[in-house]
Amino acid sequence: MRTWLHRQTFRPDITVVVFFGVVAVFFYGSILWTGYMSLTRSTLIPNYNFAGFDQYIRLFTNQRWLVSCLNMVIFGVLYIVGTLAFGTLLSVFADRRIRAESLFRTIFLYPLAVSLIVTGLSWRWVLDPVNGLQGLVRGMGWESFTFDWLTDPDRAIYTLVIAGIWHSAGLIMVIILAGLRGVDDDLWKAIRMEGIPLWRAYLQVIFPGMRPVVTSCVVLLMSDVIRGYDLVIAMTKGGPGIATEMPAKFAVDYYFARVNLGLASAASISMLVLSLLLLAPYFYSEFRRRM
Amino acid sequence: MTRSPPFERPVFGPRAARFGLYAFLFVSAAFFLLPLLLVISNSLKPMEEIRQGNLLAFPVKPTFDAWVTAWKSACTGLDCGGVRPGLWNSVKITVPAVVISTLAGALNGYALAQWKSRHANLIMLLVMVGLFIPYQAMLYPTVKILSSFGLFRTYCGIILVHVVYGLPYTTLLFRNFYVGVPEEISRAARMEGASFFRTFRSVILPLSTNILVVVAILQFTGIWNDYLLGLIFAGNDNLPMTVQLTNIVNNARGSASPNVNMAAAVITAIPTLIVYFLSGRYFVRGIAAGAVKG
Amino acid sequence: MSSVSIRKIRKSFAGLTVLDSVDMEIAPGEFIVILGPSGCGKSTLLNVIAGLDDCDSGQIVIDAVDVSGLEPSQRGLAMVFQSYALFPAMTVRRNLSFGMEVAGTPKATIVQKVDWVAKLLQIEALLDRKPSQLSGGQRQRVAIGRALVRSSSICLFDEPLSNLDAKLRAETRVELKQLHETLKSTMIYVTHDQIEAMTMADRVAVMHKGRVEQFAHPQSIYEKPASLFVAGFVGSPAMNLLEGSLDGTGCFLVGLRSISSSAYPFENPSAGEAVLGIRCEDIGIVEPGSPDSIPAQLAFTELLGADALGWFDCLGKRMSVRLGVDAARSMAKEVGLRFDMAKASFFSAATERRL
Repeated sequence: MRTWLHRQTFRPDITVVVFFGVVAVFFYGSILWTGYMSLTRSTLIPNYNFAGFDQYIRLFTNQRWLVSCLNMVIFGVLYIVGTLAFGTLLSVFADRRIRAESLFRTIFLYPLAVSLIVTGLSWRWVLDPVNGLQGLVRGMGWESFTFDWLTDPDRAIYTLVIAGIWHSAGLIMVIILAGLRGVDDDLWKAIRMEGIPLWRAYLQVIFPGMRPVVTSCVVLLMSDVIRGYDLVIAMTKGGPGIATEMPAKFAVDYYFARVNLGLASAASISMLVLSLLLLAPYFYSEFRRRM
Repeated sequence: MTRSPPFERPVFGPRAARFGLYAFLFVSAAFFLLPLLLVISNSLKPMEEIRQGNLLAFPVKPTFDAWVTAWKSACTGLDCGGVRPGLWNSVKITVPAVVISTLAGALNGYALAQWKSRHANLIMLLVMVGLFIPYQAMLYPTVKILSSFGLFRTYCGIILVHVVYGLPYTTLLFRNFYVGVPEEISRAARMEGASFFRTFRSVILPLSTNILVVVAILQFTGIWNDYLLGLIFAGNDNLPMTVQLTNIVNNARGSASPNVNMAAAVITAIPTLIVYFLSGRYFVRGIAAGAVKG
Repeated sequence: MSSVSIRKIRKSFAGLTVLDSVDMEIAPGEFIVILGPSGCGKSTLLNVIAGLDDCDSGQIVIDAVDVSGLEPSQRGLAMVFQSYALFPAMTVRRNLSFGMEVAGTPKATIVQKVDWVAKLLQIEALLDRKPSQLSGGQRQRVAIGRALVRSSSICLFDEPLSNLDAKLRAETRVELKQLHETLKSTMIYVTHDQIEAMTMADRVAVMHKGRVEQFAHPQSIYEKPASLFVAGFVGSPAMNLLEGSLDGTGCFLVGLRSISSSAYPFENPSAGEAVLGIRCEDIGIVEPGSPDSIPAQLAFTELLGADALGWFDCLGKRMSVRLGVDAARSMAKEVGLRFDMAKASFFSAATERRL
């Protein structure tokens, strides 16, 4: 090893070491630090006295945190399923030799270039019960029309789903479409030779064959869900009440506004553990594939 | 082997199905365009028309007054300078952060692609996991690290944060690209006695124009649209546009003039939209490349 | 067993003529190989027969029924693809049965047929694996199996062996031939590999630029190529070609030298510019200066194991001659070459057709 290092003038290893050092310190070092803090009594200022799992107990008896988690599950499931379904449908149709394909694609994809802040604000205005759609339809004479999900504590979470799908469906469309375009011509020929109807071809042959693509879509969307902060801030600020609070917002609030470092750290670590649990199967298969 | 005309994918046969297909596409297009059109059209209305409350109506007397206000005199809190300072801040932050994270990602990606080791896969996995770590689990220690160097809430600090947080992503994108570049090219350069950095600069970088553009676009969109990191790390003098925008909208005086808010939102979205419309294919390619992370 | 008639098929694509009035009559149970270089239109022709590609004009008639307007699945054909095109997420068993399942075949029949094919191709052990867990050769078998379960009387092959390594290719070639003998179905097989064509076909159709240059038994394609293209394309090493002219009195003139063509069985006797083609094994080595011989200088020899090739400079051309290994080792520098004109070929320089 030593001689090898000395012999080389061609040294990718230095770069690798520097890079890995940065990742290790900023990412994994930070995580360990946060993890440690979550086990302390830190509030306003860090306090490095070990306090066991107190913060986690406090966290998981905190009504707001529990609501946040529930909200994340509701939002996550609807958002992932909705975006996947909508994006896949769009990609299948876009693969059908439609006219003006690139125009449609441009329209479906542009939300991705728009920040989640602007996305959230725009949908907040569109869905605003007074000035938005509801007011509009009522103004046209349908006085009893009600679409006040944005201000309805039971439904506000669905408005986040709508905005989320709006933002990401194009992404899924593009990824799935790239997968569809990569399908071997011979496979389509075989499908025609066997006389397999189109819907069965997609459901039973094409999509099952694209499982890695679909999986990476799900992974992408999942990380959106767990990190989801901007959209909530722009659209509902967690309200009405705490109806749309999310774990990511909970953690940031407790770090910077309510300054309870220990609790915020516990929340962050819980989010991290959750994402690792959700992603573990994916990483495991990725890792095995590469070995 | 044989060159033949491209095989034509089966089409929806019946005319009705074809009609349904287009109906679906048009409704979808309307869904995607609705918020943008609505916000733009209302940002062009004077206040009297806004008060009439019809969001979908086209502006009768289009005016850029709201845009002018949003640009230079809307209040973000105590000061009323519009989004103009925010735009400049965003440019100041985004440009160096994009350049540094892209080039550093290219160098790292190449190094990782070249690096043959039993542990290379493990490290790649750790880097990949890094992509999915919620920022929250790193925020506070990052604040502490930056503070100890006096960089917290400074211009350099926010750039550093964007570069470091973006590095795993750009590195992975480049690594995936460079793994596909024939190894013979690097070996040939090595046979000529070129050093690693020399090979990278003179041989590999010139091959990488496309991927550089792709990654730079992705990073530009990501950093420009960032809210959380800007909010925490930029400091009051460098707040990016997204933060300024929410401040304007959430300002007590702001809620009285939705047209100004909408104009500010449109102005904030314009740079990335321009990049999107100009870069078309690159953007799409970048997304497809970025999706298959790993 | 079914007959296939290909009648005046034309197709152009983006201003390029891909198929130029292709005619072929295929008898029931024949093994037909369509042979040609890349871009000659052979795969397109196969796709047109299958119904996967439309043609601009012409008819495909199977057993006296015009199927030109029918969907591929209704033509009663089976097809094996170059990239195998197995259904990726399905087990081998499901790959074999899926088509029948969609067509509503009774379960018992499906099971019976899958068993039959699995036994025939010896893939019983693979039935519960996914395509990704199979080797190239195994995928190949499954692809053939999927075609066979359709019990079609006609089976189409689109370069099915080109993704296999050389050894496996040779083995599969033999097996396919045996399979044809067992099943006796009509097979149409597209390839660019002349060994496959020579070994498997009852008849070979050599295609070039969208036309069928020659459609005949492989041996007669080798011995009596119908055109200059076939002469150059079939056979390794390629046929030796000498440009010259026929004087109409039984002599072929190359520069100042004259070669007697009286032994050549002309089908279309003519005079004028012509090309003489002669296989490397139809040239004899004689003492320099012997009668009816042409002086030549040895350039180099290649030992091929069983025999050898001698390369000679003769009449301004480099010509190959098949030699015994011993003869090749002791070959003199200056020799005379004697052509066996009874086995030679003459082509018109103008039409490039056989004379």
